Amino acid sequence: MINQISVFLENKPGTLNNLTEILANNKIGIRALSLAETKDFGIARLIVDDAYEAITVLKDNDFVARLSPVIAFEIPDQIGGLNKLMTEFSAAKVNVEYMYASLGSKGTNNAYMIFRVAHTEDSEAALIGRGLKPLTQDDVANI
Amino acid sequence: MERYFQKEIECASREEIKAMQDEKIVAQVKHVWENVPYYKKKMEKKGVTPDDIKGIDDLYKLPFLSKADLRDAYPYGLLGVPLDECVRIHSTSGTTGKRVVAFYTQDDIDLWDDCCARAIVAAGGTKSDVCQVSYGYGLFTGGAGLNGGSHKVGCLTLPMSSGSTDRQIMFNQDLQATILCCTPSYAAYLGERMKEMGYGPDEIPLKAGIFGAEAWSEEMRHDIEKTLGIKAYDIYGLTELSGPGVAFECSEQNGMHINEDHFVAEIIDPDTEEVLPIGSEGELVFTALDKKAFPLLRYRTRDICRLSLEKCSCGRTHVRMCKPKGRTDDMLIIRGVNVFPSQIETVLINHGYAANYQIIVGRVNNTDTLDVKVEMTPEMFTDNIGDIEARQKELVDGLKAMLGIKAKVILVAPKTIQRSEGKAVRVIDNRKI
Repeated sequence: MINQISVFLENKPGTLNNLTEILANNKIGIRALSLAETKDFGIARLIVDDAYEAITVLKDNDFVARLSPVIAFEIPDQIGGLNKLMTEFSAAKVNVEYMYASLGSKGTNNAYMIFRVAHTEDSEAALIGRGLKPLTQDDVANI
Repeated sequence: MERYFQKEIECASREEIKAMQDEKIVAQVKHVWENVPYYKKKMEKKGVTPDDIKGIDDLYKLPFLSKADLRDAYPYGLLGVPLDECVRIHSTSGTTGKRVVAFYTQDDIDLWDDCCARAIVAAGGTKSDVCQVSYGYGLFTGGAGLNGGSHKVGCLTLPMSSGSTDRQIMFNQDLQATILCCTPSYAAYLGERMKEMGYGPDEIPLKAGIFGAEAWSEEMRHDIEKTLGIKAYDIYGLTELSGPGVAFECSEQNGMHINEDHFVAEIIDPDTEEVLPIGSEGELVFTALDKKAFPLLRYRTRDICRLSLEKCSCGRTHVRMCKPKGRTDDMLIIRGVNVFPSQIETVLINHGYAANYQIIVGRVNNTDTLDVKVEMTPEMFTDNIGDIEARQKELVDGLKAMLGIKAKVILVAPKTIQRSEGKAVRVIDNRKI
């Protein structure tokens, strides 16, 4: 299980830039990012190298942000890679609320898949039971 | 046990109060007739002379004064004494765009200070208390009024004025202030900031707060009481009548006792100007019985309110006024419906949002639009858009139930709605009518 940071953003020019600037100034690396939007506001969801540091600096800068548990997997970046993973999710009856992906860095042939699921702990245990290896917080820091 | 600043007055019998008012109104009308030609003309126009006023029951015969009169007579037209008898002026904040200048003799200031002292004692204040006055000092009456009252009670007075929030908190902690006087929106902001700095209610030395000068809801009171760990008391007043202290809350926290030895209240129908029986809702009208420099008779406050003469368990006998529902000029007419900002505030707080909000009224295709901007709070935020939208919809439904019209709720980032250190600017009306 790893920590994802969700940040409330108003839907207007410059708000995402305010967020990235604070992360950059505090030397926080973004590993994966997705943006969910409505007509009026958005939620940025991020996986970063140091989630606790990130949430502290964001709160200090008057952002509304929170940590949520997500599970992440490294899968081979090849046809059928995601399908194989989802087959396991399906067999373990894990319900996905939302997901996003990030390609591995140059040189590796892998991709990272991040999932927000219902009943995170139980779901993760079920997937581990089927032989899958979710990433840990340390894995994320070292990507 | 309930304590009083001037028990013999505050707990006088209704007969004694009436006798006091009968005597004072006769003298006051005579004073105004002789010294304020502007009002004399109004009386003549209505065919009233001082001889017609034999007691407080004849009050209804006198003409009204309105904000427009104060503007017409600006600056000296309603002055009741020579300027060299006056020792100070105060002026309204101009939130409604029209400044009023009020004059005071030393006696006027003394009676005003007494009124504020009554409020402080009713809130539990004694000479051992440390009273932090965080109303603005200056032309605004808040700072001067509570400062004067605090002196009369004998509290150690911290004349903080408004603003410099971190310094306010430092003095509050270092000098262990026990009573806070400021606007409710500033009290809420101070509480928010103290919470951020890690001070829980037990680490905050305050025991009571006296908050006024703007409309606030019962829900906002509970919020402030919880955050600061205090009992929060309402105080009412207006510059035209002296300032805060025209009426104040007692330990019952159920309506504000009007200082009837100095101010007589009436409730009228704002359209017909007819005096309504006690208990009716209508516009609050005040007559100043003792003030000499700025002696307003039958001044229309534009506050919508109700009076009660029900016996109060605190022992005070003076009539109580409810929290004004709103000023007639705060009232917005949106799609033909009367909307008071305080109603919107009630709904927001009931739904867990901060009392900091902005109401934006506009007009699109000849139809009024009502947008309510509220700040996202850490408690309300989740990573799930559906949850946030569901809460947003609950709020829209809550507003619809309260107001009868649909409002759009706009969630904005924290601290993006301006905090007020004086009076909050809650309403932006962009309609060009």
